[in-house]
Amino acid sequence: MSVEFEEKIHNTLADSNLQLAIYTATGRLKDKRTETVASDELPEYQELRTQANALKKHTIENLDYYLEEFERNVEAHGGKVVYAKDGTEVADFVLKLAKERGARLIVKSKSMTTEEVDLNERLEHNGLESVETDLGEYIIQLAHERPYHIVAPALHMTRYQVADLFTKRLNVPRETVIEKQTAIARSVLRQKFLAADIGISGANFLVAGSGAVVLVENEGNIRLTTSAPKIHIAVAGIEKMIPRAQDLAVFLKLLGRSGTGQLLTVYTSFLSSARRSGEVDGPDEFYVVLLDNGRTRLLPDRGKRQSLYCIRCGACLNTCPVYRKIGGHSFPWVYSGPIGAIITPQFMGISHEPKLPFASSLCGACSEVCPVKIDIPKVLLELRSDVKKAEVRDHRNRLEKLAFRAFAWLMTHPRLYEMAGRLAAAAAPGSSGWIRGVPAPMNIGPLRAWLSQRDLPPAPTRSFREMWRRR
Amino acid sequence: MSRDNILHRVRTALGRSAGQVVADPPPVRIRIPVVDIEQRISTMFARIEALAGATHRAATPADARAFVAAAIEGQSAVASNAPFLAECGIATLPGVRSGVTDREELRALCATADVGITSADYVLADTGSLVMIASPREARLVSLLPPAHIAVVPRDRILTGLDELFTILPNPAEVTSSMVLITGPSRTADIEQILVRGVHGPGRITVVVVG
Amino acid sequence: MTGDAARRDEDGYYWIRDPRLWKLLQFCFCMGNRVSLFVTCIVDQLFPKVGMDMADVLERLGYEIDFPESQTCCGQPAFNTGYRDEARTVARHFLDTFESSECIVAPSGSCTSMVTHHYAELFEKEPETLARVHSLEKRLWEFSTFLTEVAGVEDVGARLDDVVTFHDSCHGLRELGIKDAPRRLLARVRGLELREMQPAEECCGFGGTFAVKFAELSGAMARTKIDAILRTGANTVVALDLSCLMQIQGVLSRAGSPVRTMHLAEVLASR
Repeated sequence: MSVEFEEKIHNTLADSNLQLAIYTATGRLKDKRTETVASDELPEYQELRTQANALKKHTIENLDYYLEEFERNVEAHGGKVVYAKDGTEVADFVLKLAKERGARLIVKSKSMTTEEVDLNERLEHNGLESVETDLGEYIIQLAHERPYHIVAPALHMTRYQVADLFTKRLNVPRETVIEKQTAIARSVLRQKFLAADIGISGANFLVAGSGAVVLVENEGNIRLTTSAPKIHIAVAGIEKMIPRAQDLAVFLKLLGRSGTGQLLTVYTSFLSSARRSGEVDGPDEFYVVLLDNGRTRLLPDRGKRQSLYCIRCGACLNTCPVYRKIGGHSFPWVYSGPIGAIITPQFMGISHEPKLPFASSLCGACSEVCPVKIDIPKVLLELRSDVKKAEVRDHRNRLEKLAFRAFAWLMTHPRLYEMAGRLAAAAAPGSSGWIRGVPAPMNIGPLRAWLSQRDLPPAPTRSFREMWRRR
Repeated sequence: MSRDNILHRVRTALGRSAGQVVADPPPVRIRIPVVDIEQRISTMFARIEALAGATHRAATPADARAFVAAAIEGQSAVASNAPFLAECGIATLPGVRSGVTDREELRALCATADVGITSADYVLADTGSLVMIASPREARLVSLLPPAHIAVVPRDRILTGLDELFTILPNPAEVTSSMVLITGPSRTADIEQILVRGVHGPGRITVVVVG
Repeated sequence: MTGDAARRDEDGYYWIRDPRLWKLLQFCFCMGNRVSLFVTCIVDQLFPKVGMDMADVLERLGYEIDFPESQTCCGQPAFNTGYRDEARTVARHFLDTFESSECIVAPSGSCTSMVTHHYAELFEKEPETLARVHSLEKRLWEFSTFLTEVAGVEDVGARLDDVVTFHDSCHGLRELGIKDAPRRLLARVRGLELREMQPAEECCGFGGTFAVKFAELSGAMARTKIDAILRTGANTVVALDLSCLMQIQGVLSRAGSPVRTMHLAEVLASR
């Protein structure tokens, strides 16, 4: 696992075109966010963050209550709530319904939750056609890839790669003009929307007090997915819950600005049922699938529970100096960036990728931009501690544990610490300038790693405490 | 049963029992600024134009009619069943099909029309957003399938923003299956971060305020 | 970590919410003219001049300095790498060392915030130690903050003819909220021109053991930082934290750049 992780990181760092693409794309989104949350633009920004955090905390801490309230309200408006413990149950539900209705074609809008459970794969495996309709998701579906970024799934691809993809998979003449590529996708997908039997969406928010799902987008594919087919199924993690519709006055002001620097995304849909009596269009059936898939495993931990507050805006990805170098595909699971780094180990277990919590300099930029104030570095530090405890328990990485035990021992014995310092200084190559390299026997481990990237400071002739004694 | 299982797991994790009461959620600070109607219109227009939408102020319903007639000249249009459109005489303009109440018929019309014409239930001034509530008067697809969308609204429906909307309408689920906020034309930047308008929804949007 | 002065207070944490009251309490503890130095292990072993310069500046301002000899490290390396037991061991030693120091000053944002923002987490299950931690939190100051808020000075009489840029170390910036204090101090250094880098506030990539566990990535982050530095045309990079400066200087040196790094204390001690 870890070798693959480090290899992916290395390959991404070595690809200079990709480096530029990731850096500029995230830079643009980061700057747009900064503009729209500036104190002259949104003076109540910090207050909104505090409110959003408090709302999420309250909801998560009383989640059972709100799940039941949500269910009651959905059913009161004629819809149905289905609980799914994992991806298999989600797929089983969809397949059963599809079979009962004779459905063959499904259109889908972007949903990280469905990516999480590989829903498309399961449906296709069972003979259904499930088409992603968000342009970026459609592109990566054709390419059989995973999304690169929560908000910009095809961030890593150039127009030329898209051109090749379309020619190969859609059998169209090669087209490299982006507007025309978009028109091709629009035309193909329009046919799908109008012919589809079922529309599957995710949900940005579940509103308990209304029994409604709230969805935000810029393209219009979510509206079409949820309005054109006769059946709408929304799949959402149980943590997407918020208490009341009016709470959207807080969350919607934060979501667009944080993610893309928009005051609001182009379309914000508040959907609570199949079409009501008298409404001319809309689906005949409305289902909400509430997914667990490990979320209940996360809930007991009071320190890490805040990981579930996430509203999937992507701000942390855009600001993270690590993500901006290693990109989305270096991460071992569907969620990338700082939020991915904290939920992946919690959903998949820390042994899934034990190095993941360590792939951070703990700079804290993520938590500074998080609209719901998740203290991501704090959770990373707890995960690191969990990893080390597991290693001790499994007798792995003993050398490092030993080294830190020695460190602790040394640091609690000042005279020995001082002596060790003098020894190390004496052993260091004599140098007045910074050190480029060290002789072979010493060039191992952390020293070697350090020197692979930068020079080493020369050892001073005297330590501070020696100088202090002499003054 | 997954339902009982999941709810049980949630309760155990949170140390809660079935039927246990819940304190009120933290209060949300709702701020409705005092803004006169002309200022609202001005802000709303500025926002819409900043998103590459078009705007028009019509002094009277007849002006609105004339504007829309010119805008859809030579094109096919489908109009929603909003009474205000009928009031303005827009529903009966040449080239406009309106009064459709059959879902399949409406969908077929919307799929081929050049322009979709609607009113709007409200407009949010601070973001330039149309609030479209699905009802017998406003179908969903009219503002969605055609490549252009024209919305004609009387000026008394312009609210200051989200705070006011959720104060007037604390639970949209009570009245509709679908409430959509439309803020500018459909767009994407999914390929190389280059902005393209009119991906799935209308690429051109025009908002007419009457009065 | 969220940059605002109001701290979490769930689960029995004892935090003063009002930032002004907090500062007042901190100030009260340091009203005398005696300060203890916590130089940090990295200064002690690798950059001793910084410690001497910090002492120099404080003495010139009239403070009596002592250096509790039993000090070693704040325990951050162990904590950041996930070894909390070991971090606690070192932290207890730190608490003992500075038990009777009324006012402690450190030339590091990250070491200071380790104590003021993370010790409480380490000892949340030990109420007695926790009480000592809360006392210590009020008595420990990062150097630039001490000068501007406790000593109440901005002009320390320094002179340095140079063009510099300032790197905001992440822990100092985001955990301690340090942004203005060092700039106000630098503004009063005679002959000094300060140029801000763009983009600002980006991590240098050090991150403790991250620098060696993910060396290539850390290096890539550093090189992006260097680009921003070089674009300013400054000759010198100044910061509050030697961990950052070690990373930045290491990469500059490897790239053969003549740009040098200086700790704020070194700048303020220049005459």
